[in-house]
Amino acid sequence: MAGRDERPGNTGSRGSRLLGCVALASLVVLGVLAFFLTGPDVRLHPTTGEEFGQFDAVRMLYLHVPMAVLMYASFMLCAAASVGVLVKRTPWWDVMAHSTAEVGTVLCGLVLVTGSIWGRPVWNTWWEWGDVRLMTTLVLFLLFAGYLALRRTTTDPRRQERKAAVVALVAVLDIPLVNRSVAWWENRTLHQRSTLEELKIQDLTLFTLMFGFLTFGLVVWWLTLQRFRVGWLERAAIDHAVGSAIAERRSETSADELDAAIGVTDEQAGEASP
Amino acid sequence: MTHLGYLMAGWGISLVVLGGYAFRLVRRGRSLSALVPEDRRRWLESSGTDSD
Amino acid sequence: MSEVRRFLADARMVAARDLRIEFRSRVVVGQVVPFALLVLVLFGFALDADHHTLRTFASGLFWVAVLLSALLAVHRSAALEQSDGTMDALRMSGLPPAALFIGKATAVFVQLVLLEVVLLGGLLVLYGVQVVDPALLVVAGLLAGVAVAAAGTLYGALASGLGVRETLLPILLLPVLAPVLIGATRAFDDALGAVAVDGWAWTGLLAVAALIATVVGALAHGVLIED
Repeated sequence: MAGRDERPGNTGSRGSRLLGCVALASLVVLGVLAFFLTGPDVRLHPTTGEEFGQFDAVRMLYLHVPMAVLMYASFMLCAAASVGVLVKRTPWWDVMAHSTAEVGTVLCGLVLVTGSIWGRPVWNTWWEWGDVRLMTTLVLFLLFAGYLALRRTTTDPRRQERKAAVVALVAVLDIPLVNRSVAWWENRTLHQRSTLEELKIQDLTLFTLMFGFLTFGLVVWWLTLQRFRVGWLERAAIDHAVGSAIAERRSETSADELDAAIGVTDEQAGEASP
Repeated sequence: MTHLGYLMAGWGISLVVLGGYAFRLVRRGRSLSALVPEDRRRWLESSGTDSD
Repeated sequence: MSEVRRFLADARMVAARDLRIEFRSRVVVGQVVPFALLVLVLFGFALDADHHTLRTFASGLFWVAVLLSALLAVHRSAALEQSDGTMDALRMSGLPPAALFIGKATAVFVQLVLLEVVLLGGLLVLYGVQVVDPALLVVAGLLAGVAVAAAGTLYGALASGLGVRETLLPILLLPVLAPVLIGATRAFDDALGAVAVDGWAWTGLLAVAALIATVVGALAHGVLIED
């Protein structure tokens, strides 16, 4: 993924460290854009002239929406990697599926929390039963919490990579059903049909939102990269531990004992040797 | 600024959780790296989808 | 044609075996069905024995009781394969995994239908509900039963052999069944005359869920028992 690391001993490489720095810097820029350069959402009622709108609560937009989009992207990647596990059966796909699922679940939890915090001032409720996207996201979170629980049941990930792939694919297949059922169930949503139309979005607001996508894209990329390397190291550590345990057992046992153990007699051993 | 408490809570929780998760990943990577010889840390060398 | 017939014969054989074991051990009849009735009674206690409240929420309580009991039935169905090396024997037998899946799911389905019938009796007697649309009730009950049985059998096979099946199965299975719970509850709301909704539209959703669960389960079962 990147060039040789000058300081071996961790999961960083020159590329990932650069990526991390860029991600951090753009988080700072995003904060400045979101809190200081963009204006609050204040609209004037056309007849009464009263002020209305989301006011400063709109600044949650630049956090909540990018995380939601990146969350869906992570789960889509997880589904694709799970197909890879079933088709190719190589560790790369499995580590990828596990990494994207974990990062996606963290994002999903944050999307629920930030959505709830945003909903309180704007919709006047922490939680809205029957809101399609809210309920779909909650079920998605629970589905992938189950996926991660399954993966935690053993320390050797290879034992259940295909099981986990099936769970991830079923979870992703289930999402349209959840979405449709909640839509028919209550058929109401507090979410804006399109945030961009609803809010009187100025150029800078739109730019900040796009910059939010970019920033969280970088953050998620870095997190997924790190998580992938941790997953890869977990497997390598198991392999290495098994390999060195075998080597250790070998060194404890003398050649004669080994021959005796596998049933080679002295004569056979003598004949075999040059 | 209106809704300052909500904004601080939303942004604060998100940044703390993401930061904490990143910190845990890096620390876990460090401790695992100690268990694995350098030639098995493949991103130092190459990339791609080659299998084990 | 003969292949289809052989497939069905294999599935029937597995279903008959599971049902025969159930008939002899009576775990579902003796433990799961009483548990489901107990859940209904507990709802009654929790909701203050108010006939009106119970009638309003009867369909939701019914399906929550079915799902909780289905967990036990699925658990029992998966446990059958764990004893005496049954899974290894089945793997060696050359039985197609999809036939094994259809057979086991059918056995669970039969037990779920029995459970639903008993629970419906409980609703009529204990909660005092009235059936307005019997055809809708039957179709929705059967389709939801297929969806729960198929998804349950798939996840039962998946969670078996992990050593933590009891705790893992609910958190894997219940979120997947969320749409089925919503659909079946709404269909029953209509069939019991509790809420004016289009129950047949919800039955369509249940049909889609049942179809997906069955097809995915049959395809994925080979992957799961191989590991």
